[in-house]
Amino acid sequence: MTLKLGVPSKGRLMEKTFDWFSARGIGLSRTGAEREYSGAVTGIDGMELVLLSASEIPRELARGRIHLGVTGSDLVRDKLAAWHDHVIELEPMGFGFADLIIAVPKCWVDVDTIADLDSAAAAFRATHGFRLRIATKYHRLVREYLRKEGVADYQLVDSQGATEGTVKNLTAEAIADITSTGETLRANHLKILGDGIIHRSQATLFKSRKAQWTGDDRKALQVLKDCLAAAPT
Amino acid sequence: MTEPCKSEILAEAQRLRACFEAAGATPVDADILLPAETLLDLYGEDIRARAYVTMDPLHGELMMRPDFTVPVVQAHMSNGAGTARYTYLGEVFRKQEGDYDRANEYLQVGFELFDAEAPEKADAEVYALFATLLADLPLRAATGDVGILRAAISGLKLSAPRRAALMRHLWRPRRFRTLLERFSGRTPATPQRVTLLEAHARGEDVLSRAGMFIGLRDPDEIRKRLDRLADDLSEPPLTEGELASLDQVITLKDMSPAALERLSDIAVDMPAMHDAVQRFERRLDALQARGVDIDHLPFEAEFGRTTMEYYDGFVFGFSGTEQPGLPPVALGGRYDALTRILGQGTAMPAVGGMIRPASLLDLRSGDPA
Repeated sequence: MTLKLGVPSKGRLMEKTFDWFSARGIGLSRTGAEREYSGAVTGIDGMELVLLSASEIPRELARGRIHLGVTGSDLVRDKLAAWHDHVIELEPMGFGFADLIIAVPKCWVDVDTIADLDSAAAAFRATHGFRLRIATKYHRLVREYLRKEGVADYQLVDSQGATEGTVKNLTAEAIADITSTGETLRANHLKILGDGIIHRSQATLFKSRKAQWTGDDRKALQVLKDCLAAAPT
Repeated sequence: MTEPCKSEILAEAQRLRACFEAAGATPVDADILLPAETLLDLYGEDIRARAYVTMDPLHGELMMRPDFTVPVVQAHMSNGAGTARYTYLGEVFRKQEGDYDRANEYLQVGFELFDAEAPEKADAEVYALFATLLADLPLRAATGDVGILRAAISGLKLSAPRRAALMRHLWRPRRFRTLLERFSGRTPATPQRVTLLEAHARGEDVLSRAGMFIGLRDPDEIRKRLDRLADDLSEPPLTEGELASLDQVITLKDMSPAALERLSDIAVDMPAMHDAVQRFERRLDALQARGVDIDHLPFEAEFGRTTMEYYDGFVFGFSGTEQPGLPPVALGGRYDALTRILGQGTAMPAVGGMIRPASLLDLRSGDPA
């Protein structure tokens, strides 16, 4: 068996992950044909690169099919119940920053805070006969946040993409989504609630608590940890 | 010791149901798969964290029965029946996120009493029935009254919208506390908000400045809320005295006769409490008439406040004295508002409770874990 490291299979997240490991003396690369998902590792013996969708990495870690994985801290918290039982955060990686926020139409001049949203939701339900709809794909994180904040009379509606457009399309009244610059929100006439930041996410190296760790795996992990510790911060 | 097996739990559940039938209850059945919409509208989105929701290709979202009260009330309300006693027996399903030891599927046996004639006597009948059935076990009884809390809120010198906001969040202590702090002037409105509301009050069109209008919530709704916020801004704060009285009610915890005395004292200054306190007194009389030792019956105003969402009057529970962390063996209470919501206009005062036979067997075998 080898130590399996799961890394996002495409895009900037993959490139930045490769750069991050490279700066620490570990070479990660894709091999084979351009569209083939296989990879190679240099600098550590007994470590294997597994290319996966970032959103599947939390599940693979929780099931112990990979030992280590790089994904957003938001995805781990949203996809895994009791995530602390399944994975350990080894290193925040300093890129892939995104905030999970709640946004409402900019024209809602009466709504600036979560308390306003809650109060508007009560009035909305009384007027329209259904609970105020918040479009999101981060169901667990958003629901737990709104419960902690004591918000009522809302419902989460699933939106797997183009979430910022749901309000204009009348399929939701508000959204909960990730944003880094807020540009897409502004372009879609939305504003962020001042106290509506649910989670500040960044790419993070996670270790699985559920994977089987052989002696060789532990040795490889120790080599990796030494590389990380020696790196300039 | 080994855990009781399913057949033992079922036998115990059947014994309990026979006792409820002997007390005059008609057995009722309920579906396991319930339309999710009704339950979500009632409990809010939070229930998704505790109940199993599944997708039916034809019927949409269905929820695996998280409790019996809703289907039993629905059955009763659609039959339009008057006074009735029901008993039920079956599994309920609850996700236990973060707690691997708690069962996510267990039997419940319950008793529900629909009675508009004498609510306090009905409360006493249900409580006494449960107390008798559980008399041989080392259990600690707890009682409370959400009606007392509601009366204390309605006694505060507040505008109707402020009072409604507190009632709505009675179940959510943190939001409730935040509201109280705002209503007592401890967290004043932000300068930005004050400026906006002043401009709105001067008749300026603060909406058109905010850019393009989108969404289903229309400009009229926003203006109406701005009106309410402006009214709210000029409303005098709650006094320290009123806050203190409310706190006295919320934190009240004593044996029932002492609690009644205390509440009667508070009601002198808060006349809105008067009716609720009288109901409490009538209930204690009715309990005593049923042989309950009210001198040793604990009363805790906040009991059930965060866990028993749809109850709005008398509430009770029985928990093992040795295992404070375990779920209660039995729980119940009054849910008049629920019958009004599910009855689509018609209401029927109702009180009931349920027992977890597995917890009861655990206690009887002396093996808590």
